[in-house]
Amino acid sequence: MIASQILAIARNTFREAVRDRVLYNLVAFAVIMIATALLFGEISIGIQKTILINIGLSSISIFGLLIAIFLGIGLVYKEMDKRSLYPLLSKPIRRWQFVVGKFLGLNLTLLVNTVLMSLGLWAALYYLTRSFQPEDVHIWTAIYFILLQLCLVTAVCLFFSCFTTPILAAIFTFLIYVVGSFAADVRDFGRLTENSALESLMSLIYYLLPNFSDFSVAGAVSHGRAVGGYLIVLNTAYALSYSSLLLIAAVWIFSRRDLK
Amino acid sequence: MSAIEMSGLSKDYTVGFWRKRPWRALDGLSLRVEHGEVFGFLGHNGAGKTTTLKILTGLTFPTAGSATIQGLPIGTPEALRNVGYLPENPYFYDYLTPDELLDYFSRFFPMSAAQRRERREIVLEQAGLIEFRKTALRKFSKGMLQRIGVAQAVLHNPEILLLDEPMSGLDPVGRREVRNLILQLKAAGKTVFFSTHILSDAEALCDRVAILHRGKLVGVGQIAELLKRQSGFEAVIESCPAALLPRLQALASGTVTASGGHHRLEIAEEKVAEFLGYCTGNGVRLLSLNPLRFSLEDYFVELLRASELASERAAIGSKTS
Repeated sequence: MIASQILAIARNTFREAVRDRVLYNLVAFAVIMIATALLFGEISIGIQKTILINIGLSSISIFGLLIAIFLGIGLVYKEMDKRSLYPLLSKPIRRWQFVVGKFLGLNLTLLVNTVLMSLGLWAALYYLTRSFQPEDVHIWTAIYFILLQLCLVTAVCLFFSCFTTPILAAIFTFLIYVVGSFAADVRDFGRLTENSALESLMSLIYYLLPNFSDFSVAGAVSHGRAVGGYLIVLNTAYALSYSSLLLIAAVWIFSRRDLK
Repeated sequence: MSAIEMSGLSKDYTVGFWRKRPWRALDGLSLRVEHGEVFGFLGHNGAGKTTTLKILTGLTFPTAGSATIQGLPIGTPEALRNVGYLPENPYFYDYLTPDELLDYFSRFFPMSAAQRRERREIVLEQAGLIEFRKTALRKFSKGMLQRIGVAQAVLHNPEILLLDEPMSGLDPVGRREVRNLILQLKAAGKTVFFSTHILSDAEALCDRVAILHRGKLVGVGQIAELLKRQSGFEAVIESCPAALLPRLQALASGTVTASGGHHRLEIAEEKVAEFLGYCTGNGVRLLSLNPLRFSLEDYFVELLRASELASERAAIGSKTS
């Protein structure tokens, strides 16, 4: 019963996203970007494929991020603000089920969108090369990493959505994403300063904020290089455990909130 | 075991932007609602009615006190399994149709697919929304949303219904339909606890009412009892000689008013016999004598006045001491 209740919430979250026109606009933009990558490929003699994969994966990542943030920031807040939560939470469910259901629903939306956009990239690749090479399969590893990254972003959004407004949640999530994408640089910057206090602060940021930099393998796969199995395991474990911690924190906050 | 039992429920909110201060929305509310009762929860806006219902459904947490529903502590799925709740001015996912919304909500209860379908049909029929079952809720009027709100509250055929202003936003026909629905629920042995500020609805539907003022319970009892306490008679007599008026004035519980060759006076129940004897003995022509029925509104206003007076006295007392 508990699982079916969570799935019902996830399904409704997915349905809400699917019926949101903004989602289609973003997906359309992503498809246009991939088509544009084909044009760039045409004018880049010899590296057409590299350009296509690079721009294609970046488009999937950026638009996935936009969808995750756009939909994620309102996941809980919008329901509290519009009071659609009242009839729902007065049903025999626990608040953690609501939070987990919302998280799964948005991830399902992102999974479907990412797969659709990836199929677009795959089609564009076939259009360009008229055949697939064995190393092209590594593109799917990069796409898997994008999905893990989006899972993490969704958890960050959901966490902020439990106690702040959508605008602030969007700003915080975006800042965390930017800093997290340069996590290693932040730590190295601290070391370069040779100031122990600053170095400790930068190290704290490095370990505290989610590290997104290890999820970016577009450069490697666009050159046909494989991604090591250890990185796949490590990134999977990292994204799932970090997301779980954020979910626990979100549940903790949300379970104590008065719905006014 | 009562259907609903509240013991010393209090709720403080923090108000103010710069200078935050506590504001007591509910103050030590203790109340029992018995099984099968239609119980009206009355009070003007801001009295604490919605806060109470939100506490009972676990949407808000009490600052102090406790409550149970069918003996189970509030806020737990076990307690909510047998509860249907209609929030005040309900808002539902506007991208869904009534069919989809009810299917979604029914998935939170242990019902098979066939049972879900059957209950959906019944409640859509009851709410008069069968023909709009495939229309997106964003196209619904306020009254229709209220009806779908009632439909989702009774969807799982609960034993206890918590309705927050169920007649709000409804036209006269809609109000009558909801009234009939509440009466049907009562006939089926359900417990209905509903808040309202429409006193005629409470008077027509409730077995008992509780009156809340500034978060405090100021009155509770059976409607018939509450109104009986205040009963008397209204007498209309033909104009009589001025010499008789002082005695009539003494018998009346208020002032004697004169208009159109008649005098109108209110007589307390225990003085009716004396009044009739006086009229007969002095040749005063009695035109009518009718029981004076105080409305719930009169009782409500009187209670609130008394409560205001008590608060003022308490305030003066605390200043002087």
